[in-house]
Amino acid sequence: MAEPILTATDLVKHYPIKGGVLRRTVGHVKAVDGVSFELLKGETLGIVGESGCGKSTLGRLLMRLEEPTSGSVVFDGIDMYSQRGRAMRKLRRDIQIVFQDPYTSLNPRKTVGDIIGEPFDIHPDVVPKNGRRKAVQDLLDMVGLNPEHINRYPHQFSGGQRQRIGIARGIALNPKVLICDEPVSALDVSVQAQVVNLMEKLQDELGLSYIFIAHDLSVVRHISDRVGVMYLGKMAELGEEDEIYGRPTHPYTQALLSAVPVPDPTLRDKKEQIVLKGDVPSPANPPSGCRFHTRCWKAQDKCKTDVPLLELRPDGVGEHPSACHFASPREVIETVDVSDQEVVFKAEVRDQASFEQPQRVGEGTQES
Amino acid sequence: MTTDTQTRKSETPATSQYKPVDGLLLEVEDLRVEFHTEDGVAKAINGVNFDLHEGETLAILGESGSGKSVTAQAIMGILDMPPAVIPGGQIRYCGQDLLTMPEEQRRKTRGPEISMVFQDALSSLNPVFPVGWQIAEMFRKHRGMNKSDSLERAVKLMQRVQIPAAKERVKAYPHQFSGGMRQRIMIAMAIALDPAVLIADEPTTALDVTVQAQIMSLLQELQEERQMGLILITHDLGVVADVADKIAVMYAGRIVERADVFDLYRQPAHPYTKGLLESIPRLDQKGQQLAAIGGLPPNLMRIPAGCAFNPRCRYAQDICREERPELLTVAPGRESACHFAEEVLHG
Repeated sequence: MAEPILTATDLVKHYPIKGGVLRRTVGHVKAVDGVSFELLKGETLGIVGESGCGKSTLGRLLMRLEEPTSGSVVFDGIDMYSQRGRAMRKLRRDIQIVFQDPYTSLNPRKTVGDIIGEPFDIHPDVVPKNGRRKAVQDLLDMVGLNPEHINRYPHQFSGGQRQRIGIARGIALNPKVLICDEPVSALDVSVQAQVVNLMEKLQDELGLSYIFIAHDLSVVRHISDRVGVMYLGKMAELGEEDEIYGRPTHPYTQALLSAVPVPDPTLRDKKEQIVLKGDVPSPANPPSGCRFHTRCWKAQDKCKTDVPLLELRPDGVGEHPSACHFASPREVIETVDVSDQEVVFKAEVRDQASFEQPQRVGEGTQES
Repeated sequence: MTTDTQTRKSETPATSQYKPVDGLLLEVEDLRVEFHTEDGVAKAINGVNFDLHEGETLAILGESGSGKSVTAQAIMGILDMPPAVIPGGQIRYCGQDLLTMPEEQRRKTRGPEISMVFQDALSSLNPVFPVGWQIAEMFRKHRGMNKSDSLERAVKLMQRVQIPAAKERVKAYPHQFSGGMRQRIMIAMAIALDPAVLIADEPTTALDVTVQAQIMSLLQELQEERQMGLILITHDLGVVADVADKIAVMYAGRIVERADVFDLYRQPAHPYTKGLLESIPRLDQKGQQLAAIGGLPPNLMRIPAGCAFNPRCRYAQDICREERPELLTVAPGRESACHFAEEVLHG
């Protein structure tokens, strides 16, 4: 087993909501609310969840683009949030990020050479000044772009190529950890596969560890060794890729997996689908107890009061961490035969969907 | 459910002058659309043919820039002209060509006969009017109903698309709804006048998966209930597999393959379709490279000669660079625009 390179412990990020004439704090958006995990050397940890679950905030916290409300991140034995000045700058070199939108994350007024070379301006000791152009060209070559295009501007590239530029910038300083925040979601399917392949190739060549944040479950499954499922600022389930996708025990994971359309029409009426009622509640006013209880078909009184801990729970074969009082395995994706029982179950869930949802939709639950 | 949801039945009967023959609703023939811009002419659609029957779901599948949304806009008659120009083709609705129809008559088809759900519900709804008022507008403008009757109908529609507490929410504004609820409101508006054809342009792309599942099952339910012809425009191969009957795959403004959904997924007959299907991450490919399609979709101002897909195609020969393949029948019910369709299909 490889050793952890990054350990997050009980990370919390609350954003204050200001209201009234005096701009007093009237509440908090609990974007990330107690998340702990380890990232091992050379592995890919996928983070999945719906919009508003806090996965991007988590990425920003790990970059220290945001200061956490509480909690700690230990990177390579160093406590990240207690570093300042030069030590912090040195640390930043080892953790880099690739952003989601290749259209807005590149400065349109700078050439590709300037964009990819900018990390060298901030960390001048990485590459000597006269070697920078060569270094940038090597990076372009490495991500599959023509090194002669160094003087072009971002608008002269397509979406997939721009994402390659973003990746080149991310790996320019030879980081140990690359945080990828939805790196392929803005891309077309045919181009998406190219970028995923590139990221896997770079991981092999450079020994990178990835935190791969995405909402596309099949891409995450393809690239990840381990996967964490987030819901409203908390980790609902965490485990090896085959544990999460093959034997999920948290109802949310099960519903999420069942909702993913499978590109095979022959499974159309055979796969069981759990249609969840309502929308994700607002993180400004998350439900008490288990945050999923308002949409969960297994919810009992206990779920409304007691917060379930992310701890090892049996999944039928072994055990892996899941934050549900009633965690139990249930085949989701690979189900082919559907018993009568499951059909009845589907109908039940549908019925509930037509009931009123308890959340006020008008309150900050907008998506997209 | 409520009683106002039966097949093409309306409390205010609109005497539709259109009667589908043998269930055939829409025929698109050799449609072409160009955009005349300062930088040149972008050929967005270059000869598209398809038809749609009652109760049928046709998926138009394609990546950005393939012309799938422009096709929908041309059918709806909502292209900005200029810059768009329609140099040729016909769009026949129940036998009548929409493109040559006077605007007055066209307006009467838009809504009662053919309507559309857009991708981005937030920017498609007017932020300064309550949603109920916006739904009711359909009844006021097209059916001449008064304010209170039309609002009553709006509430019923909101209930039909499963918006909780519809009576209280009818006066709420778009920003007070979540993304999924807004899309339901868009659907309510689209089905308000019992259209025979519903076009859904990426209806779930901006939504989360769990919400996407809700919206797709609602659309399917409504289609079955009203026997609408549904054109689903999407880039998501998973969504298509779940709901479509027939598929038309578009690339660079042309349909490159057309087939029944089961046939297409089992055995694609065009290299582009094949490449698309192979580039989805699959279980048994874990740890391997994804079979990506190399290269990039073409610039619509400089579409390659011959087959537009030839620079990215692994089957490409000299003939592909010279001669444009026509969409031909390669097997019963299957058409492919590829010189080597046989090889792709059986190889």
